[in-house]
Amino acid sequence: MTTRKIVLILLALIVIIAAVPLLLIQNSEFGGADGAAEEAIASINPDYEPWAESLIEPPGGETESLLFCIQAGLGAGVLGFGFGYLVARKKYNKSA
Amino acid sequence: MFKQKSLILIPALTFAFVFGSAEDVHAMHIMEGYLPLQYSAIWSVVCIPFLAAGIFSIKKIVEQNRKTLLILVMVGAYAFVLSALKIPSVTGSSSHPTGTGLGAILFGPLAMCVIGIIVLLFQAILLAHGGLTTLGANTFSMAVAGPFVAYGVYLVCKKINLPGSAGIFLAASIGDLFTYIVTAFQLALAHPSVTGGFSESFAAFLGIFAVTQVPLAIIEGLLTVVVIKGLEAYAKPELAELSYFEGGVLR
Repeated sequence: MTTRKIVLILLALIVIIAAVPLLLIQNSEFGGADGAAEEAIASINPDYEPWAESLIEPPGGETESLLFCIQAGLGAGVLGFGFGYLVARKKYNKSA
Repeated sequence: MFKQKSLILIPALTFAFVFGSAEDVHAMHIMEGYLPLQYSAIWSVVCIPFLAAGIFSIKKIVEQNRKTLLILVMVGAYAFVLSALKIPSVTGSSSHPTGTGLGAILFGPLAMCVIGIIVLLFQAILLAHGGLTTLGANTFSMAVAGPFVAYGVYLVCKKINLPGSAGIFLAASIGDLFTYIVTAFQLALAHPSVTGGFSESFAAFLGIFAVTQVPLAIIEGLLTVVVIKGLEAYAKPELAELSYFEGGVLR
């Protein structure tokens, strides 16, 4: 099997693993309200009071998803730049 | 290779179906303010030597292996991307991979301490995800424990002559999963159950953090193999400088 084929199969597997829970579990929002993890602590340790709060909190889901997109976008941009550079170097410089 | 994968996949699937109906929980880094002060302090102190060694490790890479700088930046970017992706999991909640295994395999675990803390700071300050008071604990799980386990698994796989891809898959996925086992451990330590103590809490938090993480750990393992294949094809000189092909890792 060529590397290209293996890579395509692996990428397809990744998409399948990520998609299967969405299809199998119908009555979940996958992540739910922010603070659901805190409920676990609240039930174990009801007297616990969180003693600090985030300095800046995104006002809502839209802003939060914007910031997460920026994080992913920055990372993907740098990764893409790196691979682009490496692929072009190999293509135009046979000695490398 | 198939045997190794089924070794991971079968328990993973069993787990998934057993806990498939678990409650909906936001499972990721420890939330701001949710570790008592003394635990915040202890985990922060524990991280300091790793962080210091990490800074020296990166300084050494910058000075002596300048050629590999692009790869180091890409490895950081990879962690950045992966920890931004909240992926749905079999427990009905979402979590995100860590992306630290790749860097640990190529540069050793110490360099990843620095990269991990950068990602965590970004998320704690800008995204209200994780937190500054829990930064020490989260750094220990994601930037110290995960990378060290990934690196250790990688070395063991090399030693027992597993095919390269299998070793990378196992290293990245076990490192990812271990990060969240440590998270569960840290929370259980700080919040022992009144009835069952530490172990009952640990089981509860494992059910939340580790089980959710199983499919994501597999995804991270597969994706890390893909990236390494790409680097093997196009970044031979850099990988050679990291003595990747000799099986060793730059220290």
